[in-house]
Amino acid sequence: MLNAEGLCFYRGDQVILDEVDLELGRGEMLGLIGPNGAGKSTLLRLLAGVLTPDAGSISLDGRPIESLTRRERARRIAYLPQLNQIAWPLSVERLVELGRLPHLEPWQHPGPDDRAIIERVIVQTDLLALRQRPFDTLSGGEQARVLLARALVTEPDILLADEPVAALDPAHQLDVMDLLSDHCDAGKSVIVVLHDLTLSAHYCDRLQLLLDGATLAEGLPEEVLDEDNLADAYAIELSEPEENALAPFSLPWRRLRRSD
Amino acid sequence: MNPALTQRQLNLLLGALLLLAAGLSLLTGSEAIPLLQALRESLAERPGVAGLILTELRLPRTAVALIAGASLGLCGALMQSLLRNPLASPGLIGSANGAALGAVVCLYFGLAGAAAFILPLGGMLGALLATFTVYLLAGRDSGSLTLILAGVAVNAFTLALVSLLLNLAPSPYAVQEIALWMLGSLANLSRNELWLLLPGSLLGWLLAWRQGRALDLLGLGEETALSMGVDLTNLRRRLFLAVALAVGSAVAVTGAIGFIGLVVPHLLRPLVGHQPSRLLLPSALGGALLLICADIAVRLLPAQTEIKVGVLTALIGAPFFVWLIVRNRGRSL
Repeated sequence: MLNAEGLCFYRGDQVILDEVDLELGRGEMLGLIGPNGAGKSTLLRLLAGVLTPDAGSISLDGRPIESLTRRERARRIAYLPQLNQIAWPLSVERLVELGRLPHLEPWQHPGPDDRAIIERVIVQTDLLALRQRPFDTLSGGEQARVLLARALVTEPDILLADEPVAALDPAHQLDVMDLLSDHCDAGKSVIVVLHDLTLSAHYCDRLQLLLDGATLAEGLPEEVLDEDNLADAYAIELSEPEENALAPFSLPWRRLRRSD
Repeated sequence: MNPALTQRQLNLLLGALLLLAAGLSLLTGSEAIPLLQALRESLAERPGVAGLILTELRLPRTAVALIAGASLGLCGALMQSLLRNPLASPGLIGSANGAALGAVVCLYFGLAGAAAFILPLGGMLGALLATFTVYLLAGRDSGSLTLILAGVAVNAFTLALVSLLLNLAPSPYAVQEIALWMLGSLANLSRNELWLLLPGSLLGWLLAWRQGRALDLLGLGEETALSMGVDLTNLRRRLFLAVALAVGSAVAVTGAIGFIGLVVPHLLRPLVGHQPSRLLLPSALGGALLLICADIAVRLLPAQTEIKVGVLTALIGAPFFVWLIVRNRGRSL
């Protein structure tokens, strides 16, 4: 449904992305992984229309993305940036409501249908008790849920989420990943940037591993997360489970030891 | 935490207070005039003194205060929302100082005496030029911070040019004329000034019409706003022009009247749940209300020389602003 071909992006003479292809099917959750600075966030921004590629093309359902108006594009693709840049302490309810604006004319107020969607998402994201609270009084985990709710009420065909679980505790990480998963079950698609390889292996249908602005590997999680790719991209290798009381918490990987 | 007032109630309240203040303003002045008699006279074929005072002096003065105050309040709210910064003022992007420079140039070269419309026109031109320079300096795709920095630079430069003209002024009389003009006053305004103020103000308001939603989305961050369909370049261009026109024509007619555009949106923001789109109309009404009240106050103050209204707004506005900061210390703005 979403296709990108040969995407390039430069900042000055620095190459951020070099000829990256991407394909996303309906109902699919695609994980973008790779070390810091690999170009994951930039790729997501290009797909979200926040940045314009220096070369390459993006198409949605076979139509070039440029043929869509800004509003059409905003209705179909929602973007959840990594940094929360909320300027004003709006109440949770009003902030979530803003997610409906791409569907409304400038003079229109949210109608009963919009209200129903907003209510459903507020329940889904467990924000009922917080709906009147100003955004700046919420905890990090609560803020992340509000921002996700804002993107979900748009009911986008494609949700682009940039590290939505960064700085969240384990339970909230699972909450957010489950919500993304539900979105895919409803026949919509998600592209999510993740640093947690374990989460990416469990939740994503497919992974695309980026390194230095190019695709190193792409495919099923078990194909992508193999020994060679982990070594090349992250300089890590899988470790043996520890045999002590902390065994359930053993790190699945360790720094690569190049003995040879 | 529901706001105690709904949006409609707040607007109605501000509107009612504004009407009341405008009525009071018509009654205030060095001559006490019976309003009914003045009204009757003003409709007569050959109006008497009371009628003339009402239609030729008080009415234009009140109308200018209303329009200029509304522009300052509205543009303050627009700028704070556009720059995502509660400390932004309508003059931040050069409009006010540009207008002052334009007007001072007219005063300095003695052009102002030639015809009444030269001074406001020079001011408008100055405002447009300064704002355009800020826009060009900041570049098309820059963030708020670059815009603010460009604004600070251009403001400093226009002020330096004003100082230079004061410095080089041929006579003490010219210096005084320029200095007094810059203090900001609504005294001695005629209907001519009102007609000069109107087009720019209306055009500015029209440009800002229905931009509230985009400003709401901008409050979510520039990237989010872009991804939600906001044409940021167009929004910025449009609002710059709106502020240049509205504030430019206001300052060109009244001189520099500070703090209204900064304080009014700031004060009203908590009452509308901090939402930019809901802040615009109340800020316009509040700005008009505050300027009319300040202008009534300067007429009532027992002083040999009438205190200029720009001096009063700054005198009251600055400590008030400090109080706001102290009260909100430790809380995010």
